[in-house]
Amino acid sequence: MAEPLLSVRNLTVEFPSLHRIRPAVSGVSFDLGREKVGIIGESGSGKSTCGRAIMRLHPGRTRITADRMAFMGQDLLTLPERQMRAIRGHRIAMILQDPKYSLNPVMTVGEQIAETVILHERLPRRAARLRAMEMLEKVHIRDPERVMRLYPHEVSGGMGQRVMISMMLIAKPALIIADEPTSALDVSVRQQVLAILDELVTDSDMGLLFISHDLNLVRSFCDRVLIMYAGRVVEEIAAADLDRAQHPYTRGLLEALPSLTEPKDRLAVLRRDPAWEVGA
Amino acid sequence: MTTVPKLRAWLLTEDFTSARHARAHQAYLSWLRFSSNPLAFGGLAVIVLLTLIAALAPLVATYDPFAQDFSRALQAPSAAHWFGTDELGRDVYSRLVWGARTTLYIAILVTVIVGPIGFVIGATAGYLGGWVDTVLMRITDIFLAFPSLVLALAFSAALGPGIENAVIAIALTIWPPVARLVRAETLTFRHSDFVVAAELQGASTPRILFRYIVPLCAPSVIIRLTLNMASIILTAAGLGFLGLGAQPPMPEWGAMAAQGRQYLLDAWWLTAVPGIAILIVSLAFNLLGDGLRDILDPKHG
Amino acid sequence: MIEVKDLHVSFGANHVVRGVDMTVAAGECFGLVGESGCGKSTVLGAIAGRVKRWQGSITAAGSALRPERRTLAQLRLQQMVFQDPFGSLHPRHTIGRALSEPLEIHGIGDREARIEQALDRVGLPRRFRFRYPHQLSGGQRQRVAIARALILEPKVLLLDEPTSALDVSIQAEILNLLKDLRQQQGLTYVLVSHDMAVVAHLSDRIAVMQNGTFVEVAPRAAMISGDLSHPYTRMLREGSLGYRPTEKEAL
Repeated sequence: MAEPLLSVRNLTVEFPSLHRIRPAVSGVSFDLGREKVGIIGESGSGKSTCGRAIMRLHPGRTRITADRMAFMGQDLLTLPERQMRAIRGHRIAMILQDPKYSLNPVMTVGEQIAETVILHERLPRRAARLRAMEMLEKVHIRDPERVMRLYPHEVSGGMGQRVMISMMLIAKPALIIADEPTSALDVSVRQQVLAILDELVTDSDMGLLFISHDLNLVRSFCDRVLIMYAGRVVEEIAAADLDRAQHPYTRGLLEALPSLTEPKDRLAVLRRDPAWEVGA
Repeated sequence: MTTVPKLRAWLLTEDFTSARHARAHQAYLSWLRFSSNPLAFGGLAVIVLLTLIAALAPLVATYDPFAQDFSRALQAPSAAHWFGTDELGRDVYSRLVWGARTTLYIAILVTVIVGPIGFVIGATAGYLGGWVDTVLMRITDIFLAFPSLVLALAFSAALGPGIENAVIAIALTIWPPVARLVRAETLTFRHSDFVVAAELQGASTPRILFRYIVPLCAPSVIIRLTLNMASIILTAAGLGFLGLGAQPPMPEWGAMAAQGRQYLLDAWWLTAVPGIAILIVSLAFNLLGDGLRDILDPKHG
Repeated sequence: MIEVKDLHVSFGANHVVRGVDMTVAAGECFGLVGESGCGKSTVLGAIAGRVKRWQGSITAAGSALRPERRTLAQLRLQQMVFQDPFGSLHPRHTIGRALSEPLEIHGIGDREARIEQALDRVGLPRRFRFRYPHQLSGGQRQRVAIARALILEPKVLLLDEPTSALDVSIQAEILNLLKDLRQQQGLTYVLVSHDMAVVAHLSDRIAVMQNGTFVEVAPRAAMISGDLSHPYTRMLREGSLGYRPTEKEAL
């Protein structure tokens, strides 16, 4: 397939404010096919802003410009809000860090999933319930009957994240944008959620944009990695080659990370070079 | 010529060289934010003007506020009497000027009484919790259960009319919401890490209350008290109107409006002038309170 | 330096810590890892005095600690560094004020010199003492929190996830600083973290907690080589190395 799923060229996002006019994201370009692409960066690097800009989820005064921001051939920048709404949550799904804020607190999990089924597949209520159960099984929830009766505050973080994933699967999206989906989860649960995402990308032929600050995680989970610093992509590299990264910032990050397998007595301290900000 | 931009740069830099510099910087930033809000600025201007008038009343007033002259009773506003004269021939403008003293006196006295009471009760209840909290808050609830004007009326009727008793009566109705506010604010900071850190360093309860919790509650209480000024003035005017506040011949805006009521059709200025004064001053305090909220309250910053 | 015997903590019906024994030698760094809700922060809180209801016995530097009340001397012996550098400093106290508070509480004189020395030790410029917390970055605030803990010259530093709110590059700076301070001043650390790599980087011995008990206490070398006896410890270690596609079958 020649046409990538998502193609972004020279994306710039600016938040107009009194103090600073420096763009949050500037000149970001990448292509994403049916693969797992990671965006790594520290806080304030613009990685989350990138993900939101693709969904056009920004407050009114934000300025998003790009030479090209195409999803399956459609230009996301010029699309009217009506059609954008059809894409959001249907063709492109988003997973956020904390499922508690994304689920409706006064509806049971089962009702919320069924609601989505009714919206998308126009099934009668009884059939929607069965379908919801099926979706929960798909994300490896062992006791879907019980989970469906729970309210969001009664489910654990990992369970909530799985419920979120099952809900967005109903719409059969082509692209998932996951913004720190496992940062709030414990190690054991994290593996399961990642395995589910992995399975979906491989089996259902989806694309995944995985935004994270965790180098080890992205390195082992994704196919390709973009490293962002101060709103720019400073390096793009295959995840397996991360150890051979060229950019001093990427190298600095890797060396600053304490490692279990290769213990260091002292961690290298990152020396920030102002040249990185203007795109060296 | 260059001293002004230099001073500005010195005030704006965050690279402080002394504690005074840091405080000046904070104050300057607050001032910048405040002065960019024209309504709040207007409110402040009115209050400053009121304070000046009250302080300089003997100079600003054109007549003795107590001097009666029946030959000049109920005269319409004119060059000699800017706001006319009342039924006893006293100059309304001069009485208004002297009345500003009474109004400010009541408002400030009530605030000075209410602030510390609200702080101590609210912060103690919120920080200590348990039965202390229950007892203090139930007492607060009892006071909150009465309509404030009725409570003030009952107290000033029981204590006897007079300005000091009016102050006590108003204070009794104003402190419960302040105490509740302080308690609510205290609860949000009660378990924050910096309070725990102070506890682990061995800080005593009064120290934590007064050095850690009170400074954090202060902005919202100052805002609340500023906004309350308007209702204090209105309640004082109400008490004066009903004859329970300042006693004649003392000039007080509410009492002035009340006395003028009998001559409303012939001498509209007797009620209108103090009424407008009450309106302007309450409005000014409200605007100032809103402006202060913008600069002081971290939740809106 | 610290001896904990049969520590139990309950919050209502919730039995959070179920019989923990640990001994930390002077100058040692003892790490506690585990997932959220395993009770690791509660153990630290009980030692620090933050958690006020517990059963069992805790001894610090030879003096037995009581759950409810502590003497100033006992409090001075051990100080705590918190996870969130934004919440652990009073927003309206300047850095200098935050540092002089503990000195005033304990009636220690010569404050000016001590404050400057404390800032020097954590690598912050002296003029920072006039700043407010909101004028500092997260890493700088954490340095202030460490300086505040050290200004009383404690023997023990209790570290509750000291770097988990920080970016990787800032985390490296703070971890280096903690390592240096321990060497220079012979401090004893108890470090709580969910990040096994961070714990292994600093600690000499590491206790793995699950459901309120220690499942394994392993020396640093074992944690690095993977020579571990308990399956839960192995699972945590594997998990912190990154994603393993083999997990799929485990589902």
